[in-house]
Order: sequence, then structure tokens, then C-alpha cells
Amino acid sequence: MVKFLPLKEAVAENLHDGDTVAFEGFTHLIPTAAAHEAIRQGFHDLTLIRMTPDLIYDQMIGMGMARKVVFSYVGNPGVGLLRRARDAIENGFPRAIEVEEHSHAGMANAYEAGAAGLPCAVFRGYRGAGLASVNPNIKSVSCPFTGEVLAAVPAIRPDVTFIHAQKADRKGNVLVEGIIGIQKEAVLAAKRAVVTVEEVVDNFDDLHPNLTVLPNWTIAAISVVPGGSHPSYTHGYYERDNAAYLEWDEIAADRDRFQAWMHKNVIESSAEDFAGRVEHLRKAA
Amino acid sequence: MSDADKLGFTPNEMMTIAASRALKSDDVCFVGIGAPSAACNVARLTHAPDITLIYESGTIGTAPDVLPLSIGDGELCETAVTTVAVPEMFRYWLQGGRISIGFLGAAQLDKFGNINTTVIGDYARPKTRLPGGGGAPEIATSSRQVYITMAQSKRGMVEKIDFFTSFGHGEGGDHRKRLGIDTAGPTLLITDLAIWKPDPVTKEFTVVSLHPGVSREQVQETCGWVVKFAEALDETPAPTELELKTLRDLQARTKATHQGTAKGKAA
Repeated sequence: MVKFLPLKEAVAENLHDGDTVAFEGFTHLIPTAAAHEAIRQGFHDLTLIRMTPDLIYDQMIGMGMARKVVFSYVGNPGVGLLRRARDAIENGFPRAIEVEEHSHAGMANAYEAGAAGLPCAVFRGYRGAGLASVNPNIKSVSCPFTGEVLAAVPAIRPDVTFIHAQKADRKGNVLVEGIIGIQKEAVLAAKRAVVTVEEVVDNFDDLHPNLTVLPNWTIAAISVVPGGSHPSYTHGYYERDNAAYLEWDEIAADRDRFQAWMHKNVIESSAEDFAGRVEHLRKAA
Repeated sequence: MSDADKLGFTPNEMMTIAASRALKSDDVCFVGIGAPSAACNVARLTHAPDITLIYESGTIGTAPDVLPLSIGDGELCETAVTTVAVPEMFRYWLQGGRISIGFLGAAQLDKFGNINTTVIGDYARPKTRLPGGGGAPEIATSSRQVYITMAQSKRGMVEKIDFFTSFGHGEGGDHRKRLGIDTAGPTLLITDLAIWKPDPVTKEFTVVSLHPGVSREQVQETCGWVVKFAEALDETPAPTELELKTLRDLQARTKATHQGTAKGKAA
């Protein structure tokens, strides 16, 4: 059953060296606070899974925590490249990392297969695509009814998935709304799930019946971290800090500047600092 | 006095506006970020008000007031007809055959409309690691047609791309059909200098229209393959006042919005 825990304990209890872990969020609701807590606790040899790795995986890769990264878009959305990830892939700095690359369709189908308890996902994809020849986990199957050749990829089953969401009720049910991305699938595909939320409300009695609610028994731990997705955003709470994404391009371009930034803003910082970072991004009520 | 001053518009503005004109109100368009996003929204704000714009974050029928920096900015969701989960986006809407136009940009492009956004150099030991395909590999094969827009350069338009991120016409001819791909693939390329269409048989991109003030030589000098020109070469109509104003207002609103979040930012 779900436990409400301070973020430090939620991460320590659920993440271990060598784990396969997904910190999911498709531009929206990126679990930055949870990733920063993982960086502070200094885990090693992680296999990082995410469709759009963006800043938090750039940071974890730059801090040398990743052994392997599984992704479908290794960019800073709307800005350009991820410079710490590039340094690792191109130069093996600070350590060489293994790469398993897919398309979005491939990853989305693989998460869905994980949530559905299937060994693999089958879809129409990768036709003529170079990825099929460099990634041995992209194979094909023939439809037993029509003979059509379809792509197959193994299901994604993380040891632990971290997501950020709008709110939990007192029982620990979690609401995710807006651009919901792949979060539901990533939670249901994982052995354990940890959710950071903006707030806890008494109950969900007033919710529309078709909203995405993750029942409390699908989640291991919830931590309340207002602002916990900054510089990403939380629909209904605060906007995306686009300027921070633009600034990250300069910070990550230089190894020393990156380290200095990480020490000031992550290592010597805490989950409580996130609320202040989104203050200017909250819409006037 | 530069060419842009003389003409009253820049090559990039001409590119975006020429690209916007290719879209129709009844199109269902899967929008790539960057240049395609600007073109699609100019179309929506001018001659194609009912166009359905879809971004891969799951936003269907979106109408943002400013251009999103990412494919998942909040305004896309707030103005959308509906927002679906990412697996549904790729399975039902793209794979299901609902998209009439996939609109893509390119880092590297060859004359058959094959796109590379993955690596420069060898895949295992890349000289430059680019972001990769994201949604593009399947957008390129599941959309009924693909439009491509990019500014011309010898580095970008090359004889041979380093990696097949998104399949266009492969080696040309019926290569798509041979791979079991039954969609049309790239049918239009809009650059800052010209409009290109594939030859009906060889599928090689051929210049069909030059933008105002552009010479054949300029097109060749900024392209890495030997350019073919249509026999009857058109001149692209210059941007109208309304098109230019719409694009410039959109870009001004976008700039103001994205810089606005910098105020009082922590660290």
C-alpha cells in the first residue's frame, strides 16, 4: 500500500544502484525534484529509460550515474542538443554509456506492452529506418492472419518509475491531467512507482469520471513537492520555464560550469527549494 | 541594401509562408517542431482556419496563440479539441491512418527526401550526436503525405545522408512500395529559395518554383547534389501583406512570451 514519505526517504527506499529506472514526463510533469534527489543520493550504474531524456538525464549522465540510456529523442526540446549526453556518447565523458535508441512509437508501444503484461509490442513501424539496423532489440514478426510484416520491440519493465502529478487525495490516489504522456503506462509497467505531487486534497469526489487517476495500490510512495517538475510545468499550477531550457544549453556546454551549477542547484539544495523556483511562473488567479 | 530590404521580406519568411500555403483547411497535420510549426500556424491564422494541427505530445486540434518552444507546451493542451496519451497518439491517430500531412524539418536531407536527425558521422562513434528521430520515423511512413521544410545549405542538403532516421523515397523509384510502405512519402519540399516536388518516376526532388529574386545558381550553390529544374519553372508569389503581418506578429508574440519567464528566475 502507498506510503506518504519525504522525498529523500521515498527515493532511498525505492531506487538502488544498478536499477533500471524511468523518470517519465513528456515535456509536461517531468519529475525533476525526484531526479535531483537521486543525484544527491549518488546512485551508480543505472539504466535510464525515457522517451525524451531532456535536462534531468543530461544531468544524471553528466554526473556519471548512468551505465545505459534507452530513449527516443535525446534533445533539449525546442532548443537543440543535450550537451552532457553528447559528451558521454561522443567522448565517453565522464564515462562511456551504452545506448539503446528507439522511435517514439517504439517506446510508447513498449511501455504499453509492459503495462499490459505482454513480452513485446507489435506495431507498424521502423520501415526503412536506420535504427532497425543498429538496435538489435528492433525485430519483426509476421501477422498470422494477413502476413503483413510488423515491427516488434521488447516490453519496457522498469524496476522503478518516477512521475510527477498534480495531486493526490488523502488515501493516496493520484490525479494526472493535461498532457498525460506515457505516465500511466510507465507506472503500470514498473515493479514500483514513486509519485511527487503538487498537493494533497481531502478527496477526489468532484473529479470527472474519465480523468486519469492512478489508484493508490499501484503506487509505492508519494511525496508532496510543490514546484517539483520545474523547469517543466504542471498544468493548472505553473507554466513551463522556457528561459531555463534556453539557459541550460549554455550551462551544459561547459564541463566546469555544469559541475558548478549542479553543486549549487542540486547537491547543496533540497526538494523544498522547488516551490520558490516556480513562484514567478504561477498564473495570477 | 540587402536583398531582403529590397524585397521587403527575408528568405526565411518566404519559406515559412510558401510552406503555409501548401496546407488546406481540411488537412489533419502532424506538426514537427521548429520551421514546420511556424508554417502550420500561419496557415491556420490565414487561409486554413479549420486545419487540425496535431503535436506528438497528444494535443489534437490545437490553436496556440504563440509558437510553442517544445512539442508539449501547456498552451497546446489548453487550446486543443482533445489531448490523448502518447501511445494513443501513435497507435490510433498516426498508425491508424488519420494524418493527411506529416510536416517535418531536417538536419540532413538527400534528393530522395530521406532525412537524418540522428548522427553526423558513424552511428557507433558519432562526430556529432543529434537528438534523433522522436516521432519522425513513423510520421514519415504512416502519414498519407510528407512535407519537408528547411533552409538550404551544402551541409544540410547532401548527396548521401549519414543515417536514415526517416525514410523518404530511399533510393528512389518504387523503393517505398518494395518495403511495404503504402503511403505517398515526401511530396513537397519548401526551402528558403525554392519549392521542390519529386519527379513522378525517379522520385528525385526537382525545383518547380523559385522564390522572388532567387536564381538557379543560388539554388545550386547551396545544395550538395546536382539540382534538377522543371522545364516550366514558376516564380513563387511574394508574401502578401496579410501573410507577412501574421507571421511577424506570431513571432513577436512568441519571443515576448518565451523571454517573459526569465523574470526573477532562481539560480
